[in-house]
Formats: sequence, structure tokens, C-alpha cells
Amino acid sequence: MLLLGLFLLLGPARAQAFDSLVPRLGGSFAEQAEAVERLGALGDARALPLLQALADSRLLKLADGGVAVQQGSAVPEGASPVRINNRVRVALRGALGRLQLASPVAAQRLSAAEAILRNRSAEDIPALEAALAREQNAQVRERMELALGGSRLASADAAAKRAGIATLGASSSPEARNLLLASRAANAELGAEIDAAVAAIDRKLQLRQAAETFFQGLSLGSVLLLAALGLAVTFGVMGVINMAHGEFVMIGAYATVVVQEFCRNIPALQPWSLPLAIPVAFLVTAVIGAAMERGLIRHLYGRPLETLLLTFGVGMVLQQVVRLVFGAQNREVISPAWMMGTLVLPGGVTITQNRAWIILFALAVLLATLAAIRLTRFGLEMRAVVQNRRIAATMGIRTGRVDAMTFAFGSGIAGLAGVALSQIDNVSPNLGTGYIIDSFMVVVFGGVGSLMGTLIGAFTLGLVNKILEPYAGVVLAKVLLLVGIMLFIQRRPKGLFALKGRAADQ
Amino acid sequence: MMTRRIVLLVAVLLLALLPVLNALPSSNPLHVSDFLVSIIGKWICYAILALALDLAWGYAGILSLGHGAFFALGGYAIGMHLMRLIGPRGVYGHPVLPDFMVFLGYRELPWFWLGFDWFPFAFLMALVVPGLLALVVGYLAFRSRITGVYLSIITQALTYALMLAFFRNDMGFGGNNGFTDFKELLGLPLNSGTTRAILFYAALVSLVVVFLLCSALTRTKYGRVLTAIRDAESRVRFLGYSVTQHKLFVFVLSAMIAGLAGALYVPLVGIINPGEFSPGNSIEAVVWVAFGGRGTLVGAVLGAFSVNALKTWLTSVAPDLWLIALGCLFVAVPLLLPKGLVGLVRRRKGKA
Repeated sequence: MLLLGLFLLLGPARAQAFDSLVPRLGGSFAEQAEAVERLGALGDARALPLLQALADSRLLKLADGGVAVQQGSAVPEGASPVRINNRVRVALRGALGRLQLASPVAAQRLSAAEAILRNRSAEDIPALEAALAREQNAQVRERMELALGGSRLASADAAAKRAGIATLGASSSPEARNLLLASRAANAELGAEIDAAVAAIDRKLQLRQAAETFFQGLSLGSVLLLAALGLAVTFGVMGVINMAHGEFVMIGAYATVVVQEFCRNIPALQPWSLPLAIPVAFLVTAVIGAAMERGLIRHLYGRPLETLLLTFGVGMVLQQVVRLVFGAQNREVISPAWMMGTLVLPGGVTITQNRAWIILFALAVLLATLAAIRLTRFGLEMRAVVQNRRIAATMGIRTGRVDAMTFAFGSGIAGLAGVALSQIDNVSPNLGTGYIIDSFMVVVFGGVGSLMGTLIGAFTLGLVNKILEPYAGVVLAKVLLLVGIMLFIQRRPKGLFALKGRAADQ
Repeated sequence: MMTRRIVLLVAVLLLALLPVLNALPSSNPLHVSDFLVSIIGKWICYAILALALDLAWGYAGILSLGHGAFFALGGYAIGMHLMRLIGPRGVYGHPVLPDFMVFLGYRELPWFWLGFDWFPFAFLMALVVPGLLALVVGYLAFRSRITGVYLSIITQALTYALMLAFFRNDMGFGGNNGFTDFKELLGLPLNSGTTRAILFYAALVSLVVVFLLCSALTRTKYGRVLTAIRDAESRVRFLGYSVTQHKLFVFVLSAMIAGLAGALYVPLVGIINPGEFSPGNSIEAVVWVAFGGRGTLVGAVLGAFSVNALKTWLTSVAPDLWLIALGCLFVAVPLLLPKGLVGLVRRRKGKA
């Protein structure tokens, strides 16, 4: 079968020059080269497929003297492929690059800039300068500037080279640094300037690195804060050590999965599955927490070690039950569109959006917790029970109910942590185990019974961990942190923000 | 008192009979399988670990959630010796370096492996390394009066950190594969029945010796002070005793016993890997002691045997349920059996 589609690119009289130039692509080599160069200078996007076809030897000279792009593998009768020589090839490369730089499609401009960056030559400088003047897209601009710097550096003219070094020095990419270093040997007379430019890039890279490390530290800190806040309530306020806390976090994450599955059938709810999961996770874990307090922990007040073992056992049972119900493999949680993608801050600092949201969420949960403790009736009763249980009881506070509610509250916060963690970690039955030890460290470090201490402790540990990681590796950073906390406790056995006065004796 | 001793003696003799019965031809009705001998050998090692934990927790009130780390360190020390004994019989046939080192591109033995080809040194290290670690951690913790749950969390973090560290390949301890494929120990091939019997007796003798040692220690004035510290730490301090020293001594001793248990365990099971450091293992050991009855040495041994028997049975019948059963044990023991099995027996006797 002869599969043949002919593009007859003979548009009406919009561009006389364009129309007259196209047939000459099939002429002699000299004619071809001239036509290619003029088409490139014209900047008409319609020339792009033709020139591309010529470069790939897919351009056909037709019997009527016109040209067309070959479609498929068959060649129609009377038509023959247009041949080119090296001179045309060189002209083509320049013209193609120039046309692509002017393309209305950003991706094409980007790939043109990349192509120029790969084989830098002084010929591309004017086209690049023109394109750069028009360019709006920041990402394309950055690549174009890099290509321009590289091309200028490749020219023979010393002034252009200086300009190139300045252009590259102004950028902050490792590639610019490599280009400069590679040209160092060939341009000994410009050595000082190149070194200065490299140093300028290094400073910017270091700054960016520092900013990114800082953000990662904040991100880890916010996760620790979420995981530790609930502990700070149950452990700090009630003195109950809840080893099942990690499993409450895990259940919060599974609640998110379940809500998402439920919303999958109702299109109107789909984008809201994550916000909907927040109250659901809170309630589910709060109910489990309250049941655990009333049913089990209540009988062991004043026996902390037994409480520890009991809650550990509850954690094991919860984990295994979830494993039996949901399976041991990871469950997928789809982030809503508004949480995906990365933010690029000035200076090239990239931030993943879901992590930025989690930082905000952690702070919001902290504020809500503070408000609940400081401003509500429940918070007042809770503080009264912590200060003096018996006097609180004589004032008519039902201490048993307050205990249950406090425990439910702390467990509910663990559920909220689970919602957040489902966005950045694998949702599996042992999700909580990885966080529980770190969150205990946060509470011990920050000082038991102080939410402020938990906040500072979480962010300190998060930042120190991320700062140590590049030097020591992930594992050693953890070990160092642990040793650091042990030494810190030597100085301040009750943590950063120790309770003072009578409360400290308990 | 006499009846108790007689019961214990009979129990030890019955255990000692197992390898003899194993040597009988399989047609004999009294024959016991290799599996039973090796699994009971394992439980004996666990019982030693339980004694170590009971000494610290039951008698001195130090609830360590990281005793598995001492156990694993002792195991690693003997494991290093066993690796060195493989010599050129490894897969790569290197005369000195163990297989994993050849695989990871080591040129020579790291300094901390030196001396481990000599059994007395390796055995000493199996006791000294856990002891030293306990000394450092205990000194830091007890000096600043970290007690109760704080100490538990710190020790748990310790074993967790060690697990992460030993999982790394560049630690020089075989990474997540650990050590295995052992060939011989003290000239005896490890896969023979005779060696299994010898290792079994070594573990049994160690159990008896450790039991007698702990029993003697708890009867001395020193042991009495320890119990007093458990019950009223501040009061003992105000009476002029050095609480830190007492606790430190018992913690180090306990860590060394745990190291001994690990050293006996590894040749029996033929493998050691970083999983032994996992916090879950340490906490399982706690439940043996709690279930058997903490504060009594018999209870610790009884707990190790009974919980492990339950585990072996349940993991073969319904593997999914084992963790739930273990969790329920954790819940039930503090609520229903605060003094463990031994407490239950004593209460019965008191009523009768």
C-alpha cells in the first residue's frame, strides 16, 4: 500500500519571502545553504518541520519543482529525496537552533537551549541574545543564560569571553561551574576571573544547600512535632507512657486510606478526601485511646513500668490486627493535586509542596492543642487534675472522665500525625515503629510536660539530624543524636524546659 | 526449701538427659529428635538472658528494654571467631578474609577483628564488650539519676541505634546478612550431633552456674541493698549507700550474662544478624521475665521456657496469631498476674 500524505506548504500571500524560499531548498547546494540561512533568520515557525526534514533527509523534491516532507517510508512517483552537503548541514544546525529558540512552545525553546549548551559555538550568540530578550519563562531563561555564557566562553574574542564568564558567574548551577572549570586550561590569561566566578557560584551553591538543609530539617522537625505532640499530652501531662502511640499514628494513616477508598466512589468528595480524613482519623484514634485508658491503663496508675509493658502489648495487637485486616504490603495514598509538585524559591531552592503543607499542619495542630489546653473548660480541668488530683476532685471535677478525655485527646493527635505521615511515608502496619523512639527522644529532650519544649525539641532534633546527615550518613547521624541527647540529659536531667516548683517532684 | 531444690535438680537432670536420648537410634521409643534438642538448647540460652534481665529488673528495678543488644553483641563476638575459623573454606577461598569482606572489597582485616581467631580472646570479648557498653551507658544514666521509664526508653533507643549501625555494610560486621555458614568451633565440626550435644551441655552448665551465681548474689547484703533500691531508691540513697555504684555493678554484670547467653546461642543456631538487635527481641525477653515472675530467678527461667514453648507451638499452628498472643500476654500479665506464674503458685500454696 502506498501510504502517502503530502504537505503542500504553499500558504497564501502572508509571507512572500517564505513561499519563495521554500522551493529553493531543493536547489543546488549553494542555493540550499542560502535558503536555509534566510529561513532561519526569518523566524517563521512553519519552516521548522521543513528544515528538520531536510536535516533528517526526509525532504522530497517533487516533480513540479516544489518540496514536501516525506510521510511514512514510501516515496511517491517522480519525487526524490533532497541531498545536502556539509556546508548546508552547518547552516541547518544554526537555522534550526534559531528557529527553535523562537518557537512559541516553551519545551522546544528549552531543548534548543540545551542543544546549544551541548555544542557551544560563538555563532549562536546573536540568536541567543535575541531570544533571551523575549523570554518570559524562568526555567527556559535559566538554561538560555547558561547556553549564552557557554557560547560566549567558546568564542575567540576576549571581550566576549569575559562577558561569558560574567554570565556564568551570575548563575548558580553546578553546570556553569563545570563549564568554567573546563575552560580554565584553555584560557590561562583569564584565570583570575574564572576563579572569581567559580567562587561566586560556590557561595551561591552553598547558600542554596544550607537553605535546603534547613527546610529538610524543618520538615523532619514538623513530622517529629506531630508524632511527639500526642505523647507530650499523654506522657507529659498524665505521666502515662504509651508505647502504642506509634500504632495510633499508623491507625491514623490507615483511616486516611479508608476515607480515600470511600471517597473514590463519590466524585464530588474526591478532592476533599484528605481534609475529610482529618476528623475521621482524630475520632477513630481518640475512641481507641479512651477505650484503652478506661479498660486497661486505669488499673495501673502509679506503676509506670507495668503501664509501659501493657501499652506495648496493645501496640503489638493493634499492629498485627491491622496487618491481618489490610495486609502487610504498603497501601497507596494519593495526594490531592494542590499538595503535589515543588515550589522553586528565588535562588533555586526547591521545596516539595506536601512537606511545606505538613509544616503548616504541624504548627496548626500545635496551636490547636495549646488553645485546647489554655482556653477551654476541658483544658482547665485537665490542668487542675495534673496539679492536684484530690483537690480537683473535691471541687467537683470528675477526674476519671478527665483522664479518659486527656488520653483520648493525646491519641487523637497521634491520629492527625498519621494523616500527615500518609502523605510522605509508606502506609504499612509498621509505620509507627520508625517514629516512636524519635518522638520519645523529642519529649525527653524538650522536657516532659511542656508543649513549648516539644516544639523546640522537635525542630532542634530535626535540624541537627539533617545537618549531621551529609557528614555522618543517615545512621551515624541518628546514633550521634542519641549520644548527644544522653549527654544533654547529664546536664539537664529534666529536659530543656523543666517544670519548676512542686510539679517537678512528680 | 528442700523440695524446691529437689524439683530444680530433677529438672536439670531431665534436660541433661535430652542429648543422651537423642543419641539413641530413631527406632527407640525414647528417641528425641535433633530439632527438639537444638530448640531446647536455644531456650536454655534464652533462659540465661532472662536471668540477666531479671537480675537487673526484678532485683534492682532497672527495666532495660535493650538487653537484646548485649545478647547480640556477645553473639557477634563469637560469630567473629567462627567467621575467622572458616578460613580458606569460604566461597571466595580467601585465606584470611571472611566472604563478605572479599565481596565488599576489603584488602586486609580491620583492626577490630584482630585477635578474634583465638577462642579465649573472642570468648572474653563476648563478655567484655557488652559489659563495657553497659558500663558507659549505665554510668551516664545512673549518675544523672535517669530512672524508670526514662531509662527504659534510653536503652530501647540504644538497641535501635545499634541495629541501624549493624545493618550497614561498612561497619565491617557483614551488614544485614550478618554471619553464617560457620564450619567448626574448637576443632569440632558444627553440624555434627556430638557438637550439638556438647554445645547443649555448655549452655546447660552455664545456666546452672549463672543461676547459682545470681541466687548467691541476691542473698548477700549487696543483693539486699539492690532490692531496697528497687523499692525505695531515695531512701537507700539517704541512708548513705551509693545507689549509682550498686546499680552500675548489677547492670554491668547483667549485661555480661546476657553477652554469655548470646555467645552460647550463636554456635547453636549457626547464624547471627542485626535482627537480633531489634527492640522487639529485647521486649520479648521482658515478657518472659514478667510472665514467669520477676524478682524470682526460677520465674525468669520458667518464663523463658514457657513463653518460647508457646511461641514455637503458635508459630507453627497459627503464625498470624503469635504477635497477638504475645501482645495479650503483655496486657494480661500486669493486670492479672502481677507476680507471674511463680506468684500464682505461691498464692495457691498460701491458701492451702
